[in-house]
Amino acid sequence: MAEPRHAPRADAPAARSDFEVAPKDAGVIGDVARPLGTWERIANLTWFRRLVILAALALLWEINARWMNSPLLLPSFGEVMRAWFESLTRGALVDRTLTSIGVLLQGYAAGLFLAAVLTTLAVSTRVGADLLSTLTAMFNPLPAIALLPLALLWFGLGPRSLVFVIIHSVLWAVALNTHTGFMAVSETLRMAGQNYGLRGVRYVMKILIPAAFPSILAGMKIGWAFAWRTLIAAEMVFGVSSRAGGLGWFIYEHRQQMDTAFVFAGLLTVIVIGLLVESVIFRTIETRTVRRWGMQR
Amino acid sequence: MDARNADSIGGRAPASPLLAVDGVTLQYKTREHLVTATWRVGFEVLKGDRFVLLGPSGCGKSTLLKGVGGFLQPVEGSIVLAGRKVDRPGPDRMMVFQEFDQLLPWKTVRQNVLFPMLASGRCGRAEAEERARSYIEKVNLAKFAHVYPHMLSGGMKQRVAIARAMAMEPDILLMDEPFAALDALTRRKMQDELLRLWDDVRFTMLFVTHSIEEALIVGSRILVLTPHPGQVRAEIDTTHLGFGSREGEAFQALHRRIHDMLFSQRVEEEERLVQHG
Repeated sequence: MAEPRHAPRADAPAARSDFEVAPKDAGVIGDVARPLGTWERIANLTWFRRLVILAALALLWEINARWMNSPLLLPSFGEVMRAWFESLTRGALVDRTLTSIGVLLQGYAAGLFLAAVLTTLAVSTRVGADLLSTLTAMFNPLPAIALLPLALLWFGLGPRSLVFVIIHSVLWAVALNTHTGFMAVSETLRMAGQNYGLRGVRYVMKILIPAAFPSILAGMKIGWAFAWRTLIAAEMVFGVSSRAGGLGWFIYEHRQQMDTAFVFAGLLTVIVIGLLVESVIFRTIETRTVRRWGMQR
Repeated sequence: MDARNADSIGGRAPASPLLAVDGVTLQYKTREHLVTATWRVGFEVLKGDRFVLLGPSGCGKSTLLKGVGGFLQPVEGSIVLAGRKVDRPGPDRMMVFQEFDQLLPWKTVRQNVLFPMLASGRCGRAEAEERARSYIEKVNLAKFAHVYPHMLSGGMKQRVAIARAMAMEPDILLMDEPFAALDALTRRKMQDELLRLWDDVRFTMLFVTHSIEEALIVGSRILVLTPHPGQVRAEIDTTHLGFGSREGEAFQALHRRIHDMLFSQRVEEEERLVQHG
């Protein structure tokens, strides 16, 4: 270059010389990875943190109940635990719970199956897709309890009515999520699957379902919660028709007898089962699948 | 490559093409338009070719590759691979995509390489295992065989995709800008690695790129396409450049020639547009 293209200006940054350095040993600041302290490690355990929260809530409850001193309105935590223990060991709680879970599983399984059929139809044909979106738009906002009178009319007083309303509450949530998941599978993955010569059911099973699994799982979780809520609510309306009532009936029965501690015991059972299913079953599925595959954090 | 072998297959002439694309017009529909991506494009790929489809965006090179892949039916003309008309996707043509998400995230590197071999019934379990091991080794990922794709870098994912496609030992390897989403340094390394693999295995590939430089490095024969709609502008043999060469007088000259071909065309087109407008 004969002449500089720009004349140096007064406000140009000052010229600086180049330099190179060899990397130094960082040993002076200690090991690169140092183990955390015991407390820090304990505090990193999710279940431990949650347990602390639960203990704090129980303590608050106990204090509040003693201060109010009205076992009819708010029995103390200790009383509820006693009632719970009693109904678990000698009372009907175990039977009631098993009845509820039995009905629930029937409804849930049937709901999942129907959702699978509907979404398979929806991904394979355009009519199926239209059918699914129309039905979902119609029925998803409809509370399952609102269908209970009809169900009683059609299926009578029995578990079949319960199963019917549970199916209603599971089906649309799961189908909607699964279908959204299928739609979101990337074009590249689809073409990769077709490239291997996969078609029809094998293509759905080996490519679409695993690829859409985060959405499917989310749908199953929502469906589970809906089913559980619907069941308890329906049982309370429904009463004890067949041989054995469920958990909802247990709660309702004890409310009428003014055994508030037992009402709480029933509610606690509902909560505990919900927590167990969420944090044991669904969590295990999640860590073994979508988290391991890096599809979800 | 192996003339005697080629002769023995049905007594065809040694130069009979592995892939014959003849007068192919490809169209696809968007929501509002029917787009003509290529118009009467023809070329022939011989066994062992590193055949590059080169052109600017809009020249239909990726669409053409999808046509050969069987994902798209030509409205005119024919695509014939090893004597069979291409009418659907199949494991005899393995595709390597530009996107990193082409690997199945729910399978490890090894399972990803195994899956197409088992799913297509191309080979039995034992042979598939052996091939997977050997090709994962060829792309230097033996240490990562049991890792899930989300833990790999972009370059590593593309190497898995290449190993997966090569392990199928397809008639032809279809590569859709496989290195376009990589950084410049990794891309360079991958180009060298691909050439080394070719030197080792001598597969046939159809490689799509928009980079003249990449075409000259990777290809042994280059089909230059011009856009709107995609048409053949030239077909150039690059074997005289020397295997894997990146510089030199001839390289620069050819680079300039192709550049002018594509660039002058674009100027003319813009002039035409201005006149019409």
